[in-house]
Amino acid sequence: MSGTASATGADGSARIEAAFAAARAGGRAALMPYMMGGFPDPEGSLKVAAAYADGGADLIELGVPFSDPLADGPVIHAAATAALEAGTDFEAVLEVCASVSDRLPVVLMAYTNMILGGAGPEDFGRRAAAAGAAGVIVPDLPFGEDEAVREMLAAAGLAVVPLIAPNTPVERRAEICEIAAGFVYVVSSVGTTGERGELPADLTDLVEDVRRRATVPVAVGFGIGTPAQASEVGEAADGVIIGSKLVRLIADGDGLAGGLEEVAGFLSEATAAMAGEGSPPVR
Amino acid sequence: MSQGEPEVAGRFGPYGGRYVPETLIPALDQLDQAWSEARVDPAFTGQLGQLRRDYIGRPTPLYLAGRLSERIGHRIYLKREDLAHTGAHKINNAIGQALLAERMGKPRVIAETGAGQHGVATATACALLDLECVVYMGSEDIRRQKPNVERMGLLGAEVVPVEAGARTLKEAVSAAIRDWVANVEGTHYVIGSVVGPAPFPALVRDLQRVIGDEARSQALEAEGSLPERVIACVGGGSNAIGTFTAFIPDEGVELIGVEAAGEGVETDRHGASLSAGRVSVLHGSLSAVIADQEGQILEAHSVSAGLDYPGVGPEHAWLRDTGRARYPSVTDVEAVNAFRELSRLEGIIPALESSHAIAWLLAEGATGQEGFDLVCLSGRGDKDLAEVLGLEDRA
Ligand SMILES: Cc1ncc(COP(=O)(O)O)c(C=O)c1O
Repeated sequence: MSGTASATGADGSARIEAAFAAARAGGRAALMPYMMGGFPDPEGSLKVAAAYADGGADLIELGVPFSDPLADGPVIHAAATAALEAGTDFEAVLEVCASVSDRLPVVLMAYTNMILGGAGPEDFGRRAAAAGAAGVIVPDLPFGEDEAVREMLAAAGLAVVPLIAPNTPVERRAEICEIAAGFVYVVSSVGTTGERGELPADLTDLVEDVRRRATVPVAVGFGIGTPAQASEVGEAADGVIIGSKLVRLIADGDGLAGGLEEVAGFLSEATAAMAGEGSPPVR
Repeated sequence: MSQGEPEVAGRFGPYGGRYVPETLIPALDQLDQAWSEARVDPAFTGQLGQLRRDYIGRPTPLYLAGRLSERIGHRIYLKREDLAHTGAHKINNAIGQALLAERMGKPRVIAETGAGQHGVATATACALLDLECVVYMGSEDIRRQKPNVERMGLLGAEVVPVEAGARTLKEAVSAAIRDWVANVEGTHYVIGSVVGPAPFPALVRDLQRVIGDEARSQALEAEGSLPERVIACVGGGSNAIGTFTAFIPDEGVELIGVEAAGEGVETDRHGASLSAGRVSVLHGSLSAVIADQEGQILEAHSVSAGLDYPGVGPEHAWLRDTGRARYPSVTDVEAVNAFRELSRLEGIIPALESSHAIAWLLAEGATGQEGFDLVCLSGRGDKDLAEVLGLEDRA
């Protein structure tokens, strides 16, 4: 990692953008499954990460469990609680990261207090980068808040991925796209994480608008829980993030082995569905 | 800053901020804008002033507690927020924010509650203004504050039990925030204390400062001078900030916020964020929070549901750091003893929360000076009878 590259988070960004580009070359949007680090326990989550990498994931979003995850619905909240009860700490999550980070880019999903109240931004960034993380999503650090934290994470070589919500005003969208690194995370609908029967009708408009403004890829998450939804979103966006659905398959599976089998099945259906439909126009 | 006014961008020194999902940013911007307009709009302030007088029953009295004074050997005045409509200071904030919800055109109001006082106050304000009201409450608090749950039902509010974690105030706030993220368009979140993302800590402070504004002029009228010590209990910190704000420029007045030591600050069962917390983010702001070194928030404990919270308002963390206020704590046992003692001495049954302020005074005693003290009696204790009598049975 060169000094100048790491000073801007460019190293992580480049790896993330390359993964999106490779998926596109293969004829579909990138698939980024989410997993909770340390769930169902630290051992088991190493297997989940391997199953994602084996099952066709292009990137992995790896959650750092937090006691009070305000952006998460019941499934991911419960997984965080279980992971903490199983003794997961930040180090254990970093081990999961390191176990797959030479196969595909890993983007950490960490609440602000895991950074500010825990390791501290510099230490967090340094340790995450050392474990091979390419980027970090901080769901409760909106654009404009505590820029120093963002800068310290970027200085460690991490792409700090910003979020845009359906109700983010247009001017603010533009500002967010300007500082985006790695990719822009578009939140499909207002509300917390969790599967949704239907995605908002105007999601495509939002994604198209953000794609026009951003110089990095645009991925959509929150609420996507079926292969059909994944392929529909993958027609408009550069990437598709699937969280609660997969976490639930692990939680409800017949033992971890059963859960992993369900996950493998779902990932292969999702990638097939996404490859079958048209992928978004190259810009 | 020494005036207790927030700096730019909703910060008190380093504390405060808006650590929330992107979805809430437009709503917080809207709220900020609406409050800066409303607070200087004579139509709004006139309506609020009239409701304070005719509906809440303000100004509440400043009462010279004769027998308590004798017991302590120092003149003690009680600011009688227990006599405000619905029985606690929480109504000052709830009425103001419900008016603001109406002004912003939001027909649905949500709130969290611990002791149930803020839930009752919000349900009351919503009945008055014909707004839909949903209150989140931990199931442990539903158990220990039963009368308030029944009152909310009668007032037309829906009480939603929260089963996560320790089933108390922290989880109720989280559940309310999640509801707000999902329904932000037509919903206003009436947060119950000087906590949460900006502008809430300043907004709730502005609505609660009426306590200290009144008390300061009442004290000057009664004594011709200012109190030596101003004392209030601290959960999230709204009755304390409300009482302190008018006195912050009066450098000779000592400001004392009393936290819940639960079973002891040295144990892992307490609610004393300012003495034993770490700088952390909880519920959208940076403040003193009971947390571990990995950043995980820990469960608080207090016999009093309203003080059973691992965080505290960011302005208190700043007042602590600057030395303008100090924050001792008293245990469950001391608070329950004070609950009994004030009942017998003055014929006033205090809320278990407010009993913490009285307990500190009973333990600390007189100042040795000629002057007098002022205590915010934040609420009445009817809601706590079953809990205190139950403790007696178990003892
Ligand atoms: C009577 C009373 N006093 C105090 C509190 C604590 O809140 P705060 O510190 O915001 O005043 C509560 C909270 O429920 C309460 O009901």
